[in-house]
Amino acid sequence: MSKGRLGYYNPEKKQEGRITDIGPSHYGQFLPPVLRKNYGNWASHRVLEPGILMHVSETGDKAYTVRCGGARIMSVEHIRELCDIADKYCNGYLRWTTRNNVEFITDKEDTARALKKDLDSRKFIAGSFKFPTGGTGNSITNIVHTQGWLHCHTPATDASGLVKAVADALFDDFKTMRMPAKLRVSMACCLNMCGAVHCSDIALLGYHRKPPAIDNDAVGKACEIPLVVAACPLYAIKPITTEDGKKSVSVNVEKCMYCGNCYTMCMGLPLADKEGDGVAILAGGKISNRLSQPKFSKVVVPWLPNEMPRWPTVVKTVQQIVEAYAKDAKKYERLGDWAERIGWERFFEKCGLEFSWHLLDDYRLAYDTFRTSTQFKYTEHAWAVSKAAGGM
Amino acid sequence: MGIPGKEKLWDKEEKEHRKYDDVRIFADKDLKNYTEDELKAFKPKHATPMLDELEKGPWPSFVSDLKREALHRKKLGQDNLLIPADAVEDLLGVVELSYKEGETHWKHGGIVGVLGYGGGVIGRYCDQQQMFPSVAHFHTVRVNQPGAKFYSTDYMRAFCDICEYRGSGITNMHGSTGDMVMLGTTTEQLEPIFFDLTHDLGNDIGGSGSNLRTPSDCIGPARCEFACYDTLSMCYEMTMAFQDELHRPAFPYKFKFKFDGCSNCCVASIARSDMAFIGTWKDDIRINQEAVQAYVADKIPRDGGGMTGANWGPFDIKSEIIDLCPTGCMTWDGKKLSINNAECTRCMHCINAMPEALRVGKDSGVSILLGAKAPILEGAQMSVLTVPFMYAKHPFESQQALARKVHDWWIEEGKNRERLGELIQRMGLKTLIEVLGIPAMPQMVKEPRSNPYVFFKESEVPGGWARNIDDYRSRHPK
Repeated sequence: MSKGRLGYYNPEKKQEGRITDIGPSHYGQFLPPVLRKNYGNWASHRVLEPGILMHVSETGDKAYTVRCGGARIMSVEHIRELCDIADKYCNGYLRWTTRNNVEFITDKEDTARALKKDLDSRKFIAGSFKFPTGGTGNSITNIVHTQGWLHCHTPATDASGLVKAVADALFDDFKTMRMPAKLRVSMACCLNMCGAVHCSDIALLGYHRKPPAIDNDAVGKACEIPLVVAACPLYAIKPITTEDGKKSVSVNVEKCMYCGNCYTMCMGLPLADKEGDGVAILAGGKISNRLSQPKFSKVVVPWLPNEMPRWPTVVKTVQQIVEAYAKDAKKYERLGDWAERIGWERFFEKCGLEFSWHLLDDYRLAYDTFRTSTQFKYTEHAWAVSKAAGGM
Repeated sequence: MGIPGKEKLWDKEEKEHRKYDDVRIFADKDLKNYTEDELKAFKPKHATPMLDELEKGPWPSFVSDLKREALHRKKLGQDNLLIPADAVEDLLGVVELSYKEGETHWKHGGIVGVLGYGGGVIGRYCDQQQMFPSVAHFHTVRVNQPGAKFYSTDYMRAFCDICEYRGSGITNMHGSTGDMVMLGTTTEQLEPIFFDLTHDLGNDIGGSGSNLRTPSDCIGPARCEFACYDTLSMCYEMTMAFQDELHRPAFPYKFKFKFDGCSNCCVASIARSDMAFIGTWKDDIRINQEAVQAYVADKIPRDGGGMTGANWGPFDIKSEIIDLCPTGCMTWDGKKLSINNAECTRCMHCINAMPEALRVGKDSGVSILLGAKAPILEGAQMSVLTVPFMYAKHPFESQQALARKVHDWWIEEGKNRERLGELIQRMGLKTLIEVLGIPAMPQMVKEPRSNPYVFFKESEVPGGWARNIDDYRSRHPK
């Protein structure tokens, strides 16, 4: 490849030699030979042990896959080490999964077992595993997440650090397959929800609690005000002229629920705030069509504080939900299926979670989420209402 | 520069394929330039007491990884690097500051890119440039990943060299949409990076902005017996067919394609793409009765062996398969499993639970669902079943034509920053199907509407809508 400050690029002749619209490299050249040979010809598969899959083709050929965890953010040094491993065991082929784990594929079982051992033996100097194997079957696999304070301008929390803290706490479940069904944890640092937060078994979501601070100078100079007005889902923003004659906007704080979409559109409306910002927890979403239809995650904890660097309260709450589910759900039952079967009132009781008014939907189709039925179970939450209403 | 016509040939099984040695920037001595002891002793330029806590615990520590890259860059030296050698140390410094203050230190937005394209690069500037000058510019380049994220080490090492030489050496493998993400470079280096990617890696950048974003796919037929069509091939062909829409924003807002081989949705197309292609079949589930009996006799572990970490008792086909089937279309008489396929909704449960006994049908294709999106602005949406079945045959012209119809309507009618799903909400599913030239079907709804506020077309109503009150009065005096 080119060396030097501008390499192949000649700023005097910008169009010269420019190649465009070539798309991605074709996948065909990166398939390990055993997959190439049996492409479209697979008959069945089995998880041999946590972290090792075996796929069997119509011809009886077998492909062994070893899966290991990845932090998603990766240095090229880390990737080069993965490449060394792939060269050593897999003829120079490797892949990543849709949840940012890494997979090595070989046609030999003993190679796969040796590879797994090798992967599990590698640690960073400070002690964490570089390539812990697992994430297969009914485990808690990698946490799909976002950029956080490493690279994004709208987050209400950090992604990599929070994920590391939670993944440490759930580590034993990455390595084993004891869950009733798959349990997907995901994380997004603001409610743009880049990734899978709206459809995961357990989801962590960065959330603001203060309306934006308005920089009248910046709004007038740098923002297209009608776009800012239109960006608000609750119509809280109006165009105004300030007392000193600047074009700006006003935010009706009674209507604002701190989504941050106006800041996405306009640098003059920042809303990040140390005390205000934190993490909401959602639960019960899924994307597969297995048994039940795909479901959205529901907010079960409206807000917990950002506690850097290890978010102990968030971690503890996630563990509470995981353990309640693991203990109580039936086999094949996803977390959302379980919560719906036992009723959300029982879910809150079993998980030991508070239920507050923040969890009552009040956005457009909210009425559809209310209980228009006398079918309910009694829990402490119910007795509290009966008492407050003067009925007991 | 790349050999013309062979720019993209990384195939080890082919003659004259490209190797890492043909394009490498760093020599072996540059790549292995520090010892374990040096790493132990290494102190990055900013103290990071809070981030250091995240080096503890078993899960791979991104902090440990960043420190390793920081040392590697330090040893390479500024003469061997085109953006500041200490960029990663400053990155750690910025993040530590955010941990202290609980707020991000990246400025709002940033518009940068490469000539001829309107997307693919995310501009980013630090708001503490005095303190952290080496991440003052810290842009992201999205690189369009190959199908199902398969790589050869030759290609990957070449990618690593560009990332490190012209960038920070930090990546995301991968972005949520699928791209390989080069995290952190300067504006000056964007064009050189693009030239290297296209000439020597034979690879384009991905999408960003109001355009078609980088499509992505599940592993499909490459390594899955459930795949009902060739997800990798279709993802590639659709990406190539829509290169212009991907590189040059022409849409009201972003638009995503995702390709799932079956309704397990391993790439989450149903929740994370405006146009989801999900594999399905229209004939019978294939049953191997002997293997069913082997499951019943507990000779094969349930669910592909993925549930062995807890004791779920012996396999009970009645309670685990027959009674759980959402449509109740299965029977087991003690010897033989039967499926009333006309009543099966292809949820995959029985096949997932007994993959060695049950297979997806052979007469397969795709279902197409439209309109998924995250909450902003009108609330989160899942995709709506729009086309129940289409054959998916290379080069996928029928799917391309359908996608173009969707785009044409949305480009015309969509408001600024209105996702397809919101346009469907605003103008109605009935408008969408009219545009696509398809009839309504009960499969499009969970249930028919419960309110009776039904529109009719004037042409559907005998006599039309032009009415004369005198005519009415002739029968109904005031």
